[in-house]
Amino acid sequence: MQARRRRSPAATIALLPTWIAAIFIYIGTMVWSVRLSFTDSTIFPSSNYVGFAQYAKLFRTSRWLASLENVLIFGVLYVAGCLALGFVLAASLDRKVRFEAVFRTIFLYPYAMSFVVTGLVWQWMLNPTFGIQASVRALGWQSFVFDWIVSRDMAIYTVVFAGVWQGAGLVMVIALSGMRAIGEEQWKAAQIDGIPVWRIYLSIVLPQLGPALAASGMLLSMGVIKTYDLVVALTGGGPGNATEVPAKFIMDNLFERQNLGLASAGATVLVLSVIMAVVPFRYALSMRARRRGAH
Amino acid sequence: MKDTMKLFLLGAALSITVAPAYAEDKPKAEVMTSWTSGGEAAALDVIKREFEKRGGVWKDSSIAGFGAADAAFQNRLVAGDPPTAKQAVIGLANADFVNQGLLNPIDDVAEAGKWTNALPKSIADLVSYNGKVYLAPTGAHGESWVFYSKEAFAKAGVSEEPKTWDEFFTALDKLKAAGVQPVAWGGQSWQESKVFNMILLTQVGIDGFLKIYVDKDKDEVSTEGVKKTLDILGKLRAYVDEGAPGRNWNDATAMVITGKAGVQFMGDWAKGEFIAAGKELGKDYGCMLAPQSPGMVYVADAFSFPKIADAASQKGQTLLAEIAMDPTVQVEFSLKKGSVPMRTDVDQSSLDVCAKKGLELMSAGKIVPDQALILSPQQAGALNDYVDEFWTNPSEDSTSGAEKFFAIFE
Repeated sequence: MQARRRRSPAATIALLPTWIAAIFIYIGTMVWSVRLSFTDSTIFPSSNYVGFAQYAKLFRTSRWLASLENVLIFGVLYVAGCLALGFVLAASLDRKVRFEAVFRTIFLYPYAMSFVVTGLVWQWMLNPTFGIQASVRALGWQSFVFDWIVSRDMAIYTVVFAGVWQGAGLVMVIALSGMRAIGEEQWKAAQIDGIPVWRIYLSIVLPQLGPALAASGMLLSMGVIKTYDLVVALTGGGPGNATEVPAKFIMDNLFERQNLGLASAGATVLVLSVIMAVVPFRYALSMRARRRGAH
Repeated sequence: MKDTMKLFLLGAALSITVAPAYAEDKPKAEVMTSWTSGGEAAALDVIKREFEKRGGVWKDSSIAGFGAADAAFQNRLVAGDPPTAKQAVIGLANADFVNQGLLNPIDDVAEAGKWTNALPKSIADLVSYNGKVYLAPTGAHGESWVFYSKEAFAKAGVSEEPKTWDEFFTALDKLKAAGVQPVAWGGQSWQESKVFNMILLTQVGIDGFLKIYVDKDKDEVSTEGVKKTLDILGKLRAYVDEGAPGRNWNDATAMVITGKAGVQFMGDWAKGEFIAAGKELGKDYGCMLAPQSPGMVYVADAFSFPKIADAASQKGQTLLAEIAMDPTVQVEFSLKKGSVPMRTDVDQSSLDVCAKKGLELMSAGKIVPDQALILSPQQAGALNDYVDEFWTNPSEDSTSGAEKFFAIFE
């Protein structure tokens, strides 16, 4: 056992470049960014340290605070929405419908698009002067109002909407493959007991899909933090800063506003918050695994 | 068959040996701009054609959106692969590049062309950093303009250009009553802050404007001026359609071009769109300064020249700087882009009424600089945020809004 664990020198040498790349490129640049967040760098890195001044400024900036709030709303609703809709879509396809392959392709298709395309398409659809609202009015319903995208309070939900439209297909595919793995006997047994179909999905199928849905949830959550292109294409962060997100705030300050220090501070806060969210989760998982191993 | 093959090989061999030498002789320029709308592209084409006529090889690397082009440029600059030239806005944003030694000075070209005699003093100062000329100015833009559709005005029964803000709002009411969208509004923060500035100038005058932006003086008069500006800005909300948030400036201009909307507040580059759409100034559309405006906010475009090792590109930089300041090119470029030539010694006869008026204000010194010239990019960004937050929040009142204004300089 011990002998098998020890790696041969050839393997170590072969892995060395990867290690160097990981340490210098990933960790090195991260440390570099954190370092910059303590300087007064504007467009170019400077080494004039100013302590936590950039962080203090960051949390006085209403745009940043709004972006944190928005990403929280977006993140929760987007992940929950994708999981719920994806599960429902998978369940309806699981009922052995006709043309299943066609529907599967249609539902998964949005996921093949880039967020920029999704954003632009929905921007046009939601635009009150020539999108859905204008079309419905043209059909005769004059008082129809659907102007979420231009409303400060509702605009963030249009981002969620477009995001779910794109992401639900992925969850559907993963959930569907999970459902297909569930044995026929369970269905038969449940049907003999006279359990309604919706109840079977909720109480028998759903619990067994736990790992598949957890994996999808993880994939989607990682997308939340880096949400940038969808917002830029859909609303440009507006109206006002109603749909501003941290990644966009950071990009704007990096380039347009030539504010490297502030942008790095924002990026550092973002990394820290991800670590704070992930570490307890990983810890809980590893604890559970160890407990299981002890049995 | 064998012969043709031989010939082909010979040709190929020749082209390999000859081509590089041939290319090196020619000045080369990869030019990065954000000039991609119809009028802007036509203007850039004027420079391109002249550049090629004088034996240069032109490569266009334009990217839509000033911010996007800037980001790409900075990335390439830092990576050590800069383009030959970059469209820049004259002002503080370039100072960092100069101080880091990333730009080539073009003193030789400036001296040979006697730029100091040809340019207004304020511009000549602004294109120089630490006593050396770094930027080749292409044209100035007035930003205090209101463009209006003659057709829409006629439909609403507005026969004269409104002279005061009161008359202006009366005209807007008439437009509304006639079923025309009164204001074509581009709901992006940079556009909104330009409207803010043009109103501010009408409220505090040239000295007051400079007092606020240059001296950052926050006394009562300044605060009162900002408050009155916000009052007018807030009043405009009622005349804007619900599709405005996020709208591009040229889409807003198109609304005026087609007569769907009455007026647009915009810099004179909007004229380029009217021209590209085949509209005639004075017949189809008109331009006026913002009501009661004592002068004009201006911004100026230029080319900057990154340090570059390649000899052909260096030649290209010299040639491009010469062409940008060529009197004929300056006029032709301005006609297409809707700008005002930078040189004061150009032939004015072909310029339209607006450009002449702009040139007149410039030579009379009745101009104030745009935020890009006098504010750091951080402060200019904070100004955009400030105006956008006020604009999109109708419940904010102007008194408390005005008090927050001076926080943008922090």
